[in-house]
Amino acid sequence: MKRLLGTLSLALAAVAFAASPASAQTPKRGGNLNFAISAETPHYDCHASDTYATLHFSSPFYSTLLRYNLPKFPQIEGDLAKSWTLSPDKKTYTFVLHDGVKFHDGTPFTSADIKATYERLRNPTGGAVSNRKATFSDIEAIETPNPTTVVFKLKAVNASMLDHFASPWNCVYSAKDLAADANAPRTKINGTGPFTFVEHVKGSHVAGKRNESYFKKGLPYLDSYRGIFTLQAAAMLNALQGGQVLAEFRGVSPAERDRMVAAMGDKLRVEESSWTLNLLVAFNIEKPPFNDVRVRKALLMAIDRWGGSQGLSRISTLRSVGGVIRPGSPLATPEAELVKLPGFSKDIKKSREEAKKLLKEAGQENLKFTLWNRNLAMPYTPAGIFLVDQWRQIGVEVEHKQSDTAPYLAALRSGNYEVAVDFSNLFNDDATLALSKYLSHKNNPLNLSRANDDVIDDLYEKQLREGDVAKRKGFIQALEKRLFEQAYQQPLLWWHRIVLTHKTVMGWKMSPSHNLGGDLAEVWLNQ
Amino acid sequence: MLRYVVSRVLLTIPTLLGVAVLVFFMLRIVPGDVVEVKLRGDGGNVSQEAIEMERKKLGLDKPLMTQFGDWMVGVATLDFGKSMWTERPVMEEISLRLELSLQVAIMATLIAVFIAIPLGTTAALFRDTWIDYVVRIVTIGGLSIPSFWFGMLIMLSLLAFFNWLPPITFTPIYVDPVANITQLIWPALAVGYRYCAVVARMIRSSLLEVLNEDYIRTARAKGVYEKLVISRHALRNALLPAITVIGLEFTFLVGGLVVTEQVFNLNGIGQLFVQSVSRNDFTLIQGMVMLIAAFYVFVNLAVDVLYAVFDPRIRYT
Repeated sequence: MKRLLGTLSLALAAVAFAASPASAQTPKRGGNLNFAISAETPHYDCHASDTYATLHFSSPFYSTLLRYNLPKFPQIEGDLAKSWTLSPDKKTYTFVLHDGVKFHDGTPFTSADIKATYERLRNPTGGAVSNRKATFSDIEAIETPNPTTVVFKLKAVNASMLDHFASPWNCVYSAKDLAADANAPRTKINGTGPFTFVEHVKGSHVAGKRNESYFKKGLPYLDSYRGIFTLQAAAMLNALQGGQVLAEFRGVSPAERDRMVAAMGDKLRVEESSWTLNLLVAFNIEKPPFNDVRVRKALLMAIDRWGGSQGLSRISTLRSVGGVIRPGSPLATPEAELVKLPGFSKDIKKSREEAKKLLKEAGQENLKFTLWNRNLAMPYTPAGIFLVDQWRQIGVEVEHKQSDTAPYLAALRSGNYEVAVDFSNLFNDDATLALSKYLSHKNNPLNLSRANDDVIDDLYEKQLREGDVAKRKGFIQALEKRLFEQAYQQPLLWWHRIVLTHKTVMGWKMSPSHNLGGDLAEVWLNQ
Repeated sequence: MLRYVVSRVLLTIPTLLGVAVLVFFMLRIVPGDVVEVKLRGDGGNVSQEAIEMERKKLGLDKPLMTQFGDWMVGVATLDFGKSMWTERPVMEEISLRLELSLQVAIMATLIAVFIAIPLGTTAALFRDTWIDYVVRIVTIGGLSIPSFWFGMLIMLSLLAFFNWLPPITFTPIYVDPVANITQLIWPALAVGYRYCAVVARMIRSSLLEVLNEDYIRTARAKGVYEKLVISRHALRNALLPAITVIGLEFTFLVGGLVVTEQVFNLNGIGQLFVQSVSRNDFTLIQGMVMLIAAFYVFVNLAVDVLYAVFDPRIRYT
């Protein structure tokens, strides 16, 4: 009876706790939030970046046209846009913008700023760089009938366009600034976001203070914040434990989580989610013998992903086995189908025998090559070591070369590598975003395999223009099959996100992407 | 003496010039392109046009000798140009970190000198007694334990015993001396321990050598107080090799604390050096090499001058 009562009490307590989540409490205004950023951005320009280091730095200063509603992810909501409509032919988006919005320098925000921003995104000029040029290539024209309305006319139906409008990388810049210098956002911050820029002490921190004229009334809650660069995980964890920082919003490994939970107990909040991030193996098909599909396929077939995921998930942020779309998300290939694809068999012994046979056929029984990798401990190093071991088991000798991120990426982009551990850093589960990495190199220079494959391009185009979800899924799976059969690139494992925050940090919302939710507008301190 | 100092100062000019020539041209031989790393290094899809524009902006489109000439003109006026990566003045990038690194080096030196001199002297005077053994254990410990690891122990101990850590961002000493010292005393202790061990062992061995010299025996035979024999005659001479070590260690500390800076999350010169090398940031590397070289030259000069102060037999002509 006592045990029953105890169980009931626990259950009631759990229900009571669930009924009063952190977000339901009344937010308190004020305070300064110190949080860790485990990398320092080389510049401030969101359009020219693919690293969270830029977003965690810049997001609090900027707004975007649309954004994701994180508690209801992947639902989209307006940010600078108050509302929007899509024409019946699905080729015209009309956005109504908030009025009374001002840039931090006092300049009123209008539709002209949206136009200037998106013109820069789709067609950068004057030395500006846009990593989203291909994403917005379907935009035919941007019109601004009045200061609070902006109209995007598309060349063709694009099933992913709304998701692209919600991209966190599309920071809205001032038309005035861009007219003066197309590259101004690289070094100057002037947004409409919840915080205004105070200082960036290189190598140390970035600081922001409340934007008193932020267009969302009552926000932000914090007086100020400081993003402190903690380049070493150990230093970051110490700082978190010691209370110098109250959060790190990217993610930590399971071992780091366990250490912090043991040290901090109930002062720490642990939030976990699958992650829209994967590591992948990329072959440079311009470098023999990787121009031979048999060699590439053999190497992929030698990898025991299912076994590896069990071991690696204990020591690193790598966890789920999946294809090109995040496992478990609506467009992902189910496991039953996935295991039929090369590299995903659960019978690793048979798979490796076949791999050896393929290498023999290709005359590459004594294959040796260099595997390029980033010198980041988590999870790149364990992933690299894992791959070296997997390939050793079919008699392949691999030199594991780890390098700083910038020279590593520069080498990969220039094609100066044989095989690399690459990454796919997404912010949603939309197929177009995930698949664009595999488009022919002639169409997307970011395709590291440098392969040109018209079949893949055709399937990509079909899924992009398809409004019917079932049909679209069919095209996506066909593309995935083609990609893995040709073995240009293949996801190794998908990441698992673990975010640690002090329980005094409230209002921050967990999501499957570390690129989202960085504006800190609704974050407050329960102190 | 003055003539010696002036001639040594003048000699620094060809020395630094040699360093400048070497660093400039050797960096250009090293494979890697700063523009590629800068623009493609965060994963971007960059057009060739953007790369060429950036190359032009950084002056990398000019002939090598013109680039060298431009840089040398700048160096002569203490203008080291702009960082190719951050596009901020090199002097600004360095001075931002130099204050912290210099302060850690000075604090570590003070800790080392003030502990090492009595420690080394005591060990020598009580040779082969338990005092000597304790000092030897402590100093061997200092030499064996890497500074960064000792730093990690300090941090974990502070967390475990006091649930406290020093501030994580740098505050200049003139803004808030307490916050400044609270942050920097720990890395200074971490590196100062090893530094102290090196100096203490040097003082011990050289003092033992000096104590066997004829002039010490003579002083004692003349009835000079033992304290005076030690402080005035023995220690002054025994300090000479220690001064050289102190000078070299000090210069090393200014730019060589890469891992210790990471442990304490310090924004110092060591980290900047590593970052600038990995980014092929030529102008910043050049500026930092010139700075470290200048430090070595001037600290060595100071060491030579101190030699004369401590040992009047040494006179430079």
